[in-house]
Amino acid sequence: MTDQALHPDAPADAALHGDPAKMQISDEVAIRIAGMNKWYGSFHVLRDIDLTVHRGERIVICGPSGSGKSTLIRCINRLEEHQSGDIIVDGTELNSDLKNVDKIRSEVGMCFQHFNLFPHLTILENCTLAPIWVRKTPRKEAEETAMHFLRKVKIPEQADKYPGQLSGGQQQRVAIARSLCMRPRIMLFDEPTSALDPEMIKEVLDTMIELAEEGMTMLCVTHEMGFAQAVANRVIFMDQGQIVEQNEPHEFFRNPRSERTKLFLSQILGH
Amino acid sequence: MSDVHAQTVPFVRKSMLPEAEPPARQRGVPLWLRENLFSGWFNTILTILGAAAAIWLVASILPWMLRGVWNADSLRECRDIVIERYGEGVTGACWAMIRERWPQYIFGMYPQDIFWRPTLAFVLLLVAIAPVLYLSLPRKLLIFSALYPALAYWLLWGGTIWLPVMVLVGFALGWGALRLVLPRFGAIVATAVAVLVPVLWWGLLAGDAAQDLQGLVPLALRPVGSAAFGGFLLSFVLGVTGVSLSLPLGLLLSLGRRSDLPLIHYLCVGFIEFIRGVPLITLLFTASLLLNYFLPPNSDFDIILRVIIMVTLFAAAYIAEVIRGALAALPRGQYEAADALGLDYWKAQRLIILPQALKISIPGIVSTFIGLFKDTTLVVFIGLRDPLKGVTDMIRQTTAWKGIYWEPYIFVGALFFVICFSMSRYAMYLERKLERGH
Ligand SMILES: Nc1ncnc2c1ncn2[C@@H]1O[C@H](COP(=O)(O)OP(=O)(O)OP(=O)(O)O)[C@@H](O)[C@H]1O
Ligand SMILES: [Mg+2]
Repeated sequence: MTDQALHPDAPADAALHGDPAKMQISDEVAIRIAGMNKWYGSFHVLRDIDLTVHRGERIVICGPSGSGKSTLIRCINRLEEHQSGDIIVDGTELNSDLKNVDKIRSEVGMCFQHFNLFPHLTILENCTLAPIWVRKTPRKEAEETAMHFLRKVKIPEQADKYPGQLSGGQQQRVAIARSLCMRPRIMLFDEPTSALDPEMIKEVLDTMIELAEEGMTMLCVTHEMGFAQAVANRVIFMDQGQIVEQNEPHEFFRNPRSERTKLFLSQILGH
Repeated sequence: MSDVHAQTVPFVRKSMLPEAEPPARQRGVPLWLRENLFSGWFNTILTILGAAAAIWLVASILPWMLRGVWNADSLRECRDIVIERYGEGVTGACWAMIRERWPQYIFGMYPQDIFWRPTLAFVLLLVAIAPVLYLSLPRKLLIFSALYPALAYWLLWGGTIWLPVMVLVGFALGWGALRLVLPRFGAIVATAVAVLVPVLWWGLLAGDAAQDLQGLVPLALRPVGSAAFGGFLLSFVLGVTGVSLSLPLGLLLSLGRRSDLPLIHYLCVGFIEFIRGVPLITLLFTASLLLNYFLPPNSDFDIILRVIIMVTLFAAAYIAEVIRGALAALPRGQYEAADALGLDYWKAQRLIILPQALKISIPGIVSTFIGLFKDTTLVVFIGLRDPLKGVTDMIRQTTAWKGIYWEPYIFVGALFFVICFSMSRYAMYLERKLERGH
């Protein structure tokens, strides 16, 4: 991470050119989480989470390690199961009904910290697999869509390589393209840049900013504060499984209200 | 060229260095020798001892083999020839026995005039497994591979062709039922129907249908009983069937063992641990003796089929554990990415998990296959004529070859080695081919 990207007072990195104000948010609710709790055994990871995300909103979630950020967004596509409360995604309630789970998973894209590309498939096959097998898209059409999104993330020339032959940044962009090929309405990101070298972080963030500008609904766990400043409508701070503070980014960084937030911000921005 | 003060004073390189050869002592044979054989006093001693042992071994066996006699009618004649040639007290191999009796090592007691049938079955086997082994061959060839078992059965055992055809029809019926029921009633009902329909067909109708068709269009080969099978023919029948059935079964067992459903999980664990806990011999005795108590009296349940079942179950349990290890080694992220993309359990397994897990397990699976192939010699204990002891004993019982000892073992051992070594080389080829650069 560069100092500049970290420091909220510095003018946003030249690459982070987004302007939150010009991106539209509708009244339509994309995700509603109400009174949600989750335990791992007897460990209460998520406590009484209430969160409503509108269509087109871009939310950055931050907080200390172990605060439950990953768990929260993994509950949204049921990689983790919650034990009480409601999660409603795109009007479909997440419950034990597998049909609902499958429906939500095909509407919600997700990018992981370690990319999780399929190493035995080429980049193109990584991107066409789900459209062909889940959406039943004809192969030809799926390949065209895949190439479209690979061009968008600026690596169409790598289509026939295997993930092992790409750099981390390229792999993460493939992972984004792979999700986009399913034409998701919501994208979840779990620390997409924290396994990357500084010069690769920028290329991934650029891709994400572009996505944000197109009005994608995004929930993003990240410590890239420059990115938060540039594109987020809202920054959520979590600690000990709870939402401690949320605010629009400018206010969040300038005037954090809770002591925990202040401490956290001073730690990650301090040096 | 490099500046003495490169570390202390500002330095800019003006010209790049060309690539140079390493010094003579650092490359080629001398380097290899020094690094691998004489890298220290301990290693040097080992090298010398090893070389001495190898030389001694070759020196004591090779002359015996080279003095061997190829043309003789009995062991006695062999010995006389050796003595005549090399003098009193000298011994030599008697390869004449192999020259005379090799058909029995290959075909057992299979009738001599129809050796062409197992031979043809073997050649077709090569055609059938080629597209399975080499992914670059056209996929259409797999149709032949799917039909091959029925064809091979007919060639080997003979009888009417309509029986294997009716068995194939059973599979087709099952497939049809699956396609028909799946979209309407879901996976569980469809699987049940797809299993039930062919079983009913085989149990109730297939036999009669085959007979009727034989009446209409007679097309039959001379039947050969399982008792006539022996030698490498028997090993191949057991080995090839065992290998091709145990892989899918082992795969299902390994998935079952990782299942969240307690019933399936414990069934698989119980099965795997039971099979791995008993020696193969026990299973073979069960196949030959105990099963008779459970089967209806006089039911003619082929001994080779019984052995195939046992050998398959045995290998499947081991393969299940090999694959389970590979499944556990796959990063959790692979499962999560598959889930996040909306792939259901079976699609995720088939497209993401198993291709990777199987690739990791190739060495283990092939070891199991090699073990299985060699274990087919154990059928001698239930009265079948395996190549190693079954056929050899049979030949030793004749007056001509009474007392012959090493030659048959060397011959059979060499054949086993060639086959098993090819399997292991193929595995290495496959591993290299599936390498994806990490
Ligand atoms: N499968 C699990 N079983 C038990 N505890 C778990 C499990 N996964 C996570 N936890 C615990 O839950 C808590 C929250 O984990 P989570 O991964 O959501 O944190 P995080 O905020 O994403 O942290 P980080 O910034 O390190 O990624 C942690 O204390 C973690 O140890
Ligand atoms: Mg996390």
